[in-house]
Amino acid sequence: MARLTIPAEEYMRSGHSACPGCAATLVMRYVLKGLGPNAIVTLPACCWTVIGTPFPTTALNVPILDCAFEATGASVSGLRAAADALGLADVIVVGFAGDGGTADIGLQALSGMLERGTDALYVMYDNEAYMNTGVQRSGATPLGAWTTTTPVDATSRGKGEGKKDVMAIVAAHRPAYAATVNVAFPEDFLKRVEKTKTIRGPKFLHAFSPCPPGWRYPPEKTIAIGRLATDTNSFPLYEIEGGKYRITRKLGRARPVAEYLKAQGRFSHLTDAEIAAIQSEVDGRWARLLALETLG
Amino acid sequence: MPRMVLSGNYAQSYAAKLARVHVIAAYPITPQTAIVEKLGEFVASGELSAQFIKVESEHSALQACISAAALGARTYTATSSQGLLLMHELLHWASGARAPVVMGVVNRAVAPPWSIFTDHTDTVAQRDTGWIQFYAESNQEVLDTTLMAFRLAEHPDVLLPAMVTEDAFYLSHTVEPVDVPTQDEVDEFLPRRDVRGLIRPGAGVRLGSFTMPDLYEEFRHKIARAMERSAEVFFEIEDDYHRLTGRHHGGPLPTYRVDDADAVLMTMGTATTTARSVVDALRTRGNRVGLAKLRAFRPFPVKEVRQLAATVDRIGVLDRSFTFGAAGAAFTEVAAALYPETHRPALKNFVAGLGGRDLTPKVLEGMFKALLKGDGPEVDWPDLKRRAEVVRHG
Repeated sequence: MARLTIPAEEYMRSGHSACPGCAATLVMRYVLKGLGPNAIVTLPACCWTVIGTPFPTTALNVPILDCAFEATGASVSGLRAAADALGLADVIVVGFAGDGGTADIGLQALSGMLERGTDALYVMYDNEAYMNTGVQRSGATPLGAWTTTTPVDATSRGKGEGKKDVMAIVAAHRPAYAATVNVAFPEDFLKRVEKTKTIRGPKFLHAFSPCPPGWRYPPEKTIAIGRLATDTNSFPLYEIEGGKYRITRKLGRARPVAEYLKAQGRFSHLTDAEIAAIQSEVDGRWARLLALETLG
Repeated sequence: MPRMVLSGNYAQSYAAKLARVHVIAAYPITPQTAIVEKLGEFVASGELSAQFIKVESEHSALQACISAAALGARTYTATSSQGLLLMHELLHWASGARAPVVMGVVNRAVAPPWSIFTDHTDTVAQRDTGWIQFYAESNQEVLDTTLMAFRLAEHPDVLLPAMVTEDAFYLSHTVEPVDVPTQDEVDEFLPRRDVRGLIRPGAGVRLGSFTMPDLYEEFRHKIARAMERSAEVFFEIEDDYHRLTGRHHGGPLPTYRVDDADAVLMTMGTATTTARSVVDALRTRGNRVGLAKLRAFRPFPVKEVRQLAATVDRIGVLDRSFTFGAAGAAFTEVAAALYPETHRPALKNFVAGLGGRDLTPKVLEGMFKALLKGDGPEVDWPDLKRRAEVVRHG
């Protein structure tokens, strides 16, 4: 009999209001499967504000506390402090925010939480734009991607700037633990989540979260695109524990980035030259990651 | 009950300590700093068993308090001026989440131009955020009102955040003898928080959900009702506090020598003390004047203002802030409260004491005289410098 590697317990209910194919639902589901029933989730404005369903219903079997858009890190610290003061030591506090709420407007509060050493888990589910408001570019939108505020037209080729490296920003705070996870690799995802339960201090997960309407691909392709992101080294899986880097999925030979880009409408305008430039950038980041890993 | 010599800031700190707060989150800003420094000492020495979160901004300070309160903690923060303005979004959040956070605010003018000195612009600008607001005249009142604010905010019929304000430097950095209740007395007055109905570990509950138009308005109306109810609850709480400590500060609108007064000046904060001495001086010269102290600005004491106005023909309202394009906020509120009354006194608005300018007896006497004579504009800035004085400063 095959070993069950994903816990059977469900903390997310089947009734939710996400778009078909939404990876953010899987991110929440896997995070809670890994953490168990003592989690308290605090959410800023993000897709999950809506996915979690309107009053008086909820899509989770654990508590949700909504917080201000830019304040997830502070909400996390407040919950942890209250749990400690009230003797609720078993509570696991989870900040669950999108890329805009983390990399842009919420960066200060995240930095504060990391620097203060709050014992909690912060999850950034990264769909690479402001998706809840209708696909506007964020600091986490990659180079060349079409969004409604980075259109493709006579003088515009999608986003003209690169993706903000949130993991590097987090790493600069020397957190207890940080890792990238991808819904296309659930066993790896769960290992990372379960590891956060064994480590005290601030933990951060950068969760890759493909978005069918925002990335312009058919909903049934979410997992395939997630696999391509990692297998092309566009979204490598690695962890940083006590300052040490370890790549958790290492391929013999990565597939060409073009395969990942061409699967999505948001990149459909890119020329071969533009794709080559992105390939070169991905190769450079991968080489740097390998070098960081060898530092030990 | 020990008597201590305390600044207004330390009166805040001692009140929070006696309230046995669970969580403090604060960010430094002049002139609030001594409040949280003292609390930091209490926590470090073990005198106060609390979690003190040193946040990276006032915005985060209030979010941390709101989230801690949602789990059942008693929470406290303090700020001033720009810090309070940065919190504005979270001020709404606190009342919406029904988080009974208590906050000390040291009233300080807002920039630009920079000023660290007192006026009420910072807190008056928050009047629509769903916070209960008390303005203190003395350090004793700071301490007593802060203790009462915790009980009021946490009352099951209220569950709203409350701020207790004190004028920068006049109270924050000035020491006075303050009677400090014992821990046993405070424990009796302010028991541990009742945390029923808040988020609980293991429960599928949500606080702050997305809400459709069929219900949002009802949430707002609940806050409106709770704010109204807080006015009644405050009387009960002040009576309880009086039984325990022998002190009573006179409800939301205490008055002084108003019974036969021809003219009454309404003040907020420390200007009241000076105005009281001016009333006495004018009375000895045969001028029948009186004083009303607007202690609670939210909820606004409409009933008490109407009772006062029933027997007085002239009321002046001193605003230590200004609502550009309108008038002083307290003046506007008083006028609105009196509109339905059959006896409507003549009203004048005095705007003065901004950015820490002293409200001297001479300036206040001028206000009473203008009231008695009934001359001058309806909204007057009586202490503006003349052109020659401005040029000399330049």
